[in-house]
Amino acid sequence: MTTLLQKPQETHEFDVDRVRHDFPILSRPINGKKLVYLDNAATSQKPEAVIGAITRYYEQQNANIHRGVHYLSAQATDAHEAARQAVQQFLNAADVQEIIFLRGATEAINLVAHTYGRTHVGEGDEVLITAMEHHSNIVPWQILCEEKRAHLKVAPINDHGEVRLEDFANLLGPRTKIVAVTHVSNALGTVNPIRHMIELAHAVNVPVLVDGAQAVPHLSVDVRALDCDFYAFSGHKVYGPTGIGVLYGKAALLEAMPPYQTGGEMISSVTFEKTTYNKLPFKFEAGTPDIAGAIGLHAALEYLNDLGMNNVAAHEHDLLDYATEAVAAIPGVRLIGTALERAGVLSFVLEGVHPHDIGTILDQDGIAVRTGHHCAQPVMDRFGIPATARASFALYNTRDDVDTLVQGIRKVKEVFA
Amino acid sequence: MTELRELYQEVILEHNKAPRNYRRPDETNCSAEGYNPLCGDHFTIFLDVEGDTIRDIGFLGSGCAISKASASMMTQSVKGKTRVEAAHLFEQFHSLVTGRAKTNGDHSDIGKLTVFSGVSAFPARVKCATLAWHTLQTALEGKQEVVSTE
Repeated sequence: MTTLLQKPQETHEFDVDRVRHDFPILSRPINGKKLVYLDNAATSQKPEAVIGAITRYYEQQNANIHRGVHYLSAQATDAHEAARQAVQQFLNAADVQEIIFLRGATEAINLVAHTYGRTHVGEGDEVLITAMEHHSNIVPWQILCEEKRAHLKVAPINDHGEVRLEDFANLLGPRTKIVAVTHVSNALGTVNPIRHMIELAHAVNVPVLVDGAQAVPHLSVDVRALDCDFYAFSGHKVYGPTGIGVLYGKAALLEAMPPYQTGGEMISSVTFEKTTYNKLPFKFEAGTPDIAGAIGLHAALEYLNDLGMNNVAAHEHDLLDYATEAVAAIPGVRLIGTALERAGVLSFVLEGVHPHDIGTILDQDGIAVRTGHHCAQPVMDRFGIPATARASFALYNTRDDVDTLVQGIRKVKEVFA
Repeated sequence: MTELRELYQEVILEHNKAPRNYRRPDETNCSAEGYNPLCGDHFTIFLDVEGDTIRDIGFLGSGCAISKASASMMTQSVKGKTRVEAAHLFEQFHSLVTGRAKTNGDHSDIGKLTVFSGVSAFPARVKCATLAWHTLQTALEGKQEVVSTE
């Protein structure tokens, strides 16, 4: 197989000050203050490389793909398929046909619930998820279970926000048809031991879908080493544009699944009597795809490869440790999510102050955090709180950003003193 | 800090800390629930309405300082008022927090509630300030649905 992407050079130093110059929005003041963007788990900012790639596509290459005989169409098709190969290599998938372009992780999970789920889950069967899932990895399964009169089983989490593995293993039963689990929790930052969880599921012949939306920006992901059956992520959380996401699926599973949406592109021939579906991955890509989005995602992955995913992970790990210590040291702060393994996310509550008020006061100083339930209401219920304030980190965040956040939280306390 | 102080005025912070009428009245004949799930503001308003008059009002629940203080001060200002008077107050309050009140406007009716004028500089917080009022309106109309201002 040809290698389009250079394997990451992981020896060079990671220079966050230099990296910050790659992101135009970071020089934009907010409320007259320097932007301290700590809402990366919602969406990340985009480097010039991504913005430029999208602009170049629309200025120089724009055409529809896979059907034109003309020059531009061929170029656009090549660019789109090169993006697919980039994703394949980024995830270390065995084959490029295992990479399906969709709108995002949400659509990817819905696809699997609608196709694999509908054909494999029947009355009395079970779908197993965990108590820390994002709504997008709960609702599609809930609807499937309602429709099929199946049961949605939920593996509980402990007070640190870690899955209780013994309970998880015990919930894997003869009726379990699929496991759907997040790699990294968007509300708690917990990194799940998914390799081990996949082993447990595979030991009883149950396939596993991994929601990787919060993992891909922070960790090196190798779908073959994990041996997951499906892996979903969104481009916009990993420095790419909105509107593009990926479903990885093992070829044998994808081959056997019925199509999701139908129309153009996903067929190989249509008569009024019968339609023959296209081969993978096109079978799951009805209609004109987000070509610019795929090209933007390609640029984002190349950008990450150039920096070195291990360098990024090391920088963020250091930052999260620093932030955890600094924020936890503020009297009245309670961290929500204190798992041993965490990535990217610092969720907290402040005694006597509602998270929404924290968010407004921080915003006045240019600090962008997310407040609310983070589309994980069951997690909030588990910890007996209505909401948290969440600071989430990206490769361009600095210890200065953390210091500003800490000053901001102290100001919140002043206002509410 | 000025805009923040305008938003989080002392009176608001004080009502947040020690909300008034934070109870379920002994006698209630209508109630309604207000819930903004995204921010987690969740209140129930209890009313004792006799004829056309709000004889007693209380509330329970949790939420941000703006939503809680607004609920607290609302209960004070509508107690003893008629339905029409309460509706009129809501109208004035709504204009105030959305910044649509005339600059020379007459806020004499809403009195103390003018402390919420700072909300208009924070459009994202209007839904917090008005949640209790919308819930009151629903309770008075005898509707069953859960109110949301998101």
